[in-house]
Amino acid sequence: MIKQIIKLHSLKGWLFTFSLLGIAIILLPLLNIFAPENSFLHIPDYMFSLFGKYLCYALVALAIDLIWGYTGVLSLGHGVFFSLGGYAMGMYLMRSIGKEGVYKSELPDFMIFLDWKELPWYWWGFDSFIFTFFVILIMPGLFAFIFGYFAFKSRIKGVYFAIITQAMTYALMLLFFRNNTGFGGNNGLTDFKKILGYSLQEPSTKMSLYILTAIVLFIFYVVARFVVQSKFGRVLTAIRDSENRVMFSGYNTLNYKLAIWTISAFICGIAGALYVPQVGIVNPSEMQPSNSIEMAIWVAVGGRGTLSGALVGAGLVNGAKSWFTVAAPDYWLYFLGILFIVVTLFFPKGFVGIFSRLRIKRKGNQNG
Amino acid sequence: MEGFCCCNKKSFYSFKPRLLSLNLKISGNSKLIFALVVFLTMGFFLISTVEANEFENTLKDLGNKSRSKIKLAVKALGNMGNPAAIPVMEALKEKRLRISDNDSLIILNEAKDKGYDALTGQPVELGSLNLRKPRINNAVRRLLSTAIGKLKLFSDDPEIRLSAARDLLKRSSNNLVELIEKALKKETEDEIRNLFLLVLAKEGLNSDDKSKRLQSIKTITTLGNNDFKTILEEVLEKNEEDEFLEKDSEIRDAASNAIAKIEKRQFVKNQAANLFYGLSLGSILLLAALGLAITFGLMGVINMAHGEMLMLGAYLTFVVQNLFKEYLPGYFELYLIAAIPVSFLGSALVGIILERGIIRHLYGRPLETLLATWGISLILIQTIRLVFGAQNVEVANPSYLSGGVEVMNGIVFPYSRIAIIIFVVGVVISIWMLLQKTSLGLQVRAVTQNREMASCMGISTYKVDMYTFGLGSGVAGLGGLALSQIGNVGPELGQLYIVDSFMVVVLGGVGNIAGTVAGALSLGIFNKFLEPVAGAVLGKIIVLVLIIVVIQKRPQGLFSLKGRMVDN
Repeated sequence: MIKQIIKLHSLKGWLFTFSLLGIAIILLPLLNIFAPENSFLHIPDYMFSLFGKYLCYALVALAIDLIWGYTGVLSLGHGVFFSLGGYAMGMYLMRSIGKEGVYKSELPDFMIFLDWKELPWYWWGFDSFIFTFFVILIMPGLFAFIFGYFAFKSRIKGVYFAIITQAMTYALMLLFFRNNTGFGGNNGLTDFKKILGYSLQEPSTKMSLYILTAIVLFIFYVVARFVVQSKFGRVLTAIRDSENRVMFSGYNTLNYKLAIWTISAFICGIAGALYVPQVGIVNPSEMQPSNSIEMAIWVAVGGRGTLSGALVGAGLVNGAKSWFTVAAPDYWLYFLGILFIVVTLFFPKGFVGIFSRLRIKRKGNQNG
Repeated sequence: MEGFCCCNKKSFYSFKPRLLSLNLKISGNSKLIFALVVFLTMGFFLISTVEANEFENTLKDLGNKSRSKIKLAVKALGNMGNPAAIPVMEALKEKRLRISDNDSLIILNEAKDKGYDALTGQPVELGSLNLRKPRINNAVRRLLSTAIGKLKLFSDDPEIRLSAARDLLKRSSNNLVELIEKALKKETEDEIRNLFLLVLAKEGLNSDDKSKRLQSIKTITTLGNNDFKTILEEVLEKNEEDEFLEKDSEIRDAASNAIAKIEKRQFVKNQAANLFYGLSLGSILLLAALGLAITFGLMGVINMAHGEMLMLGAYLTFVVQNLFKEYLPGYFELYLIAAIPVSFLGSALVGIILERGIIRHLYGRPLETLLATWGISLILIQTIRLVFGAQNVEVANPSYLSGGVEVMNGIVFPYSRIAIIIFVVGVVISIWMLLQKTSLGLQVRAVTQNREMASCMGISTYKVDMYTFGLGSGVAGLGGLALSQIGNVGPELGQLYIVDSFMVVVLGGVGNIAGTVAGALSLGIFNKFLEPVAGAVLGKIIVLVLIIVVIQKRPQGLFSLKGRMVDN
């Protein structure tokens, strides 16, 4: 097993991966603590929330790359799994506010506002972190499993599948927008105070969450790499390239697709759960169909079917988004729109594809 | 969605002045114009007649300092039967009448910042005048109600009588019973007669005479609407000891029978309204989805920017409207007709540019096309936002589409929605003809069925793609035009309809018009019938879930062609 994992990368590859991890979880925090306040090496506190957010997005992109890049199933519904994980975490954070809310009540503020007298049954248990932890692990995956089972069983694929997942996203968004659904309606869950007893306002808590996210991302990167290079992963790639031939060769593609779909949703749910304490809010707009489509473009920009490309793409697109929304908010949608078009038209292999093409060219030049 | 609207406000101020015996019908809800016309004509032709002088003097008495004089004047005006007195009396009742130093009457508008002379109709400068309020009390107000009601009930204009009858129904009118009975005898129009009967029945319910009460309930049973339910329920009320307040069981039975009848009638009405609004929603969905179904069936690509074609069509209608307002104000009403070709061609052109420029290059990669067209839609939305602003723009209904037809008591079908349904029928028939009866249609069908084979037979498939894409986008543009007549026009217009129109395509199956029609209409009607039961949001969710379930059984849509194809 360990041997297999070591074989996932070349020595150079492992060195590179570990040095990235080292920079993320050791060097950057050290720069925050020890570099002088006004030096250009200093990383301010707020940056860690931002970095943490990006890392969560990268985790989502990783999940989408597994299902889209490797299996060829485009999902426009990953925002739902992300939100489900996020809402589960949000519910725990709401419960741990305790009586420190505006209305000084045991119930979350929005329930007081709706004049609810007691906690609805589906909120039971969220006072416990262990319970929440298991919900985060199980709920998004379970939901994806049920949905995927029906969708894949009736052989919905291609654009049909994309559209159906979009409809699911839309329906759930509407559901969560309702006040009576019991998840805070329009405003969602917010005003969090503490996680596991630590204040969310403290820079140290934020830093810890960031480091945790980086480690989780690293672990899932290795897991994903392991999955795609296993025999299972080979079958997935074959399904992407010609599902019928795989079926005719005697594989039951339903099981393969369902498995990777569920894993992908599972990862997405964890990303959502890590995301919510770092941004301090979760609301139904996370489930907007446009959000889910944007997630797909992260992967497309970075390069599909490469894993590393997904991470790069999430970073690049969201970095650009942060810059645009400050510098030229009117043109962000133009940029995003053009990105969608240019990447699909001219760079189907994405950012990573450009690099590998250059590398092949250089090698070719050396040989020739 | 806009609900059942009722617009009898307009008819309130339009009537034939009986005194002038002129067929002067004044429409429009501007009091100012109305008064101007009435009083100027009076000033020119009739100022010398005795009758007019008497009327004018009595009118002036409304501003008298003595309350008894006012009372006399009100009674006299009620008996004179000149409807010109109505606005003055109403102003008096609503405390909007003022008297200036030289005893002329001034009527203020509702905001009380402008006024005009009640006799001449001339606007007056309020600031320069020393105005006095007339002294009225409840006794005067009661007299005023009676006099106004009298003038209206006996007016020559059936519209005034109708609105008066409707007003009576809304409030208690026990002091007017004799008047109404008299008016009923004279009344010839059935609709107004029925209203009068209902008003009398409402009063008769409180009478001491049992047969009169039964008669009243009978009238309500046959003519009454939902508003009468509460009145009837009062009859059935119980006291704390669980005894009926109403001792007479015959009356109780009649009342509960009446409630059941009314409820049944209301149910039928509601279903009719649901059906109509469902058809209306379905026809809009159809316009939105038709183009999508054609292009999807033909090229196998999902055009995420399709919703934006709707939006473009709506904005083109807006632009045409503004051009007409600017350059051809005389023909403003016709702008909608002119907007039909503009919105079709404009959207079609954009569609063709997209197909030529982007979508063609992604042939055979449907998922990428989906993403690229999403990118296009973002660019289009942002462009519209930068050009027209992020706020909704206003597209006015031309006068022939405003208002509606009242099919049953309380249920109005707006003309705009009826027109859209007819319009959609026209569009569907034209597209069907185009696909079935022209050579382009033949080619489109050939390429939809088997692209390679069609290409081998000498059909230039790329041209067919281009035209079809243009056609699909153009139809969406027409959808936008239709939408502009019943909803808001804003940059996100297309986004609202895109998921629904995808659902129609998924439900109806691709590439056949019949499936799309059936899908759109069933989705629209189902939605509207579900809404009152489950609420708008939950209804929508149920519909989406049901579609996902339907797809389980018929993955290629409800109305797809059967085949044994392996797609790869």
